[in-house]
Amino acid sequence: MSNQALIPGWEVVIGLEVHAELATVTKMFSSALNQFGGKPNTNIDPVSLGLPGSLPVLNEKAVELAIRVGLALDCVIQRSVFARKNYFYPDMPKDFQISQYDLPINGEGSLELPDGRRIGIERAHLEEDTGKSTHVGGGGRIHEAGHSLIDYNRAGVPLIEIVSAPDMRGAEEARAYVSELRAILVAIGASDGKMEEGSMRVDCNVSVRRDGTTELGTRCEVKNINSLRSMGRAIEYEARRQVDLIESGERVEQQTRHWNEDDGRTHKLRSKEEAYDYRYFPEPDLVPVEPSDEWIAEIRAALPMLPRERRRRLADAAGVEPSATALTVERGMDDLAVDTIAAGADAARVLVHVENNLADGVGELTAASFAALVAMETGGDLTATQAKTVLADLAASGGDPAAHAADHGFEAMDTSELEALVDRLIAEHPEVWAGFVGGDDKERRKKAGFFVGQVMRATQGNADGRIVNELLARRATEQGA
Amino acid sequence: MTTTPRLTRDDVAHVADLARLTLTDDELDAFTGQLADVLDHAADLEALDLDDVPPMANPLPLVNVLRPDVPVPAGDAEGAADFHAEVLAAAPSVEDERFRVPPVLGESP
Repeated sequence: MSNQALIPGWEVVIGLEVHAELATVTKMFSSALNQFGGKPNTNIDPVSLGLPGSLPVLNEKAVELAIRVGLALDCVIQRSVFARKNYFYPDMPKDFQISQYDLPINGEGSLELPDGRRIGIERAHLEEDTGKSTHVGGGGRIHEAGHSLIDYNRAGVPLIEIVSAPDMRGAEEARAYVSELRAILVAIGASDGKMEEGSMRVDCNVSVRRDGTTELGTRCEVKNINSLRSMGRAIEYEARRQVDLIESGERVEQQTRHWNEDDGRTHKLRSKEEAYDYRYFPEPDLVPVEPSDEWIAEIRAALPMLPRERRRRLADAAGVEPSATALTVERGMDDLAVDTIAAGADAARVLVHVENNLADGVGELTAASFAALVAMETGGDLTATQAKTVLADLAASGGDPAAHAADHGFEAMDTSELEALVDRLIAEHPEVWAGFVGGDDKERRKKAGFFVGQVMRATQGNADGRIVNELLARRATEQGA
Repeated sequence: MTTTPRLTRDDVAHVADLARLTLTDDELDAFTGQLADVLDHAADLEALDLDDVPPMANPLPLVNVLRPDVPVPAGDAEGAADFHAEVLAAAPSVEDERFRVPPVLGESP
């Protein structure tokens, strides 16, 4: 991964807080539906609305999913206690949010990026989501709104908040972290990880320091990031803003800042001096959660393969570095690739096809037909271009690669046939041939391109360009060039 | 062992502000003394060696009170639709089936 200095002489330090909605059927503390979209204020009940006398009861599935997340991130799973986080805001009708404070369900852990680097996880705790506010008037901008409208469908939806250590050093690494975390959450069925629907939200803590220093700079927290792309832009903008401040002799003030997608800047929401004083205290209406070793073991045993395990498995099968398998795993095609390689196919060709030629998905392609196709290709019966065409057929309709090849009229060209064709073309175009024989590398490539093009035209694309190039080189050598 | 510094009038004003309470000067004086007495009472515990006693999160001798992840329609037997209509009807102001509230500065913390 490239983590080239964004600003020469400066290091950017990033820690991320990721909120993911857990994929439960019902809410965290009540039996109303946890469902995205739908008519406003329909998935509500007395608990979601914080009506007097209503009491929370914890959803077992939310705890199980939180433990899955903890296990996938190698966290310490521990006894946890819910706490009230007190503040007044209309999207939270109780005037406090139930969260976890000093005793989160998941303690320290780590996440492994596709390139092998590990990012520390400080904690991953359970909390409830708030309702959704829509600001009306002032063009939807929060500071100018005339009034706000509240939909409590989301209030009380279970969230896991995953807090990383300040271990990332650039926007690219932060994106890699969020992508990997999302892949893990989706793989273990904990969340659908949809940033665009808000089921996964990222707050970035950004600070800068001069190269060679180890002390952390004053950080700002950037909120309102709605996509991986926005996150990269927000981090880069914020880092530059902080460096500009310091270089002009000012200080960075600890602030919460709001990313504005339209103007591409971050704007101050509040400073540390105005920071909320949440007055956390243990939630008296809920008892501690103490998952037994048996329960944790049961959840661990049921965990599916994690992305990092999939990368390693394919890397072992293909004899490459795990980072070289990231794209295949990301596309969910690693099972196919592993099975195809196990069926005897050339691993390098399998990875090339999966990464470049299956953009529309695997479709009807099976490991057996894929392996048969790659065998035809490596055996010289199909050119790379022909193999790509047949691969598309196999994905679209399944079947036998040899039959598809025959349908297209793809037949392995006899080399002697090809040689005769090349010799004829050399004779027909002596000036081009002279350019090939006498030219420098660039000229030679250009002229070779001409001959390959002529051969392809004469054979309706059935010739293997690699072999044509070899023939040309051989003829040139024979002529003493 | 440290002694907890005595609560100040400013502390009480800050807490009152966080709780959206408007207190008069007289009230601030009175509550500063009362609240400080309450905290002093709790500070008596500091005389005890409690290093081996885990903090009590809840007085009930229970852990893991959980419910299955199964939906139950809210409200009475009439279900969620009626509850939806009932709460919106009880709201001071509604627009597009959402609760209409005065503008708030900033987003939730």
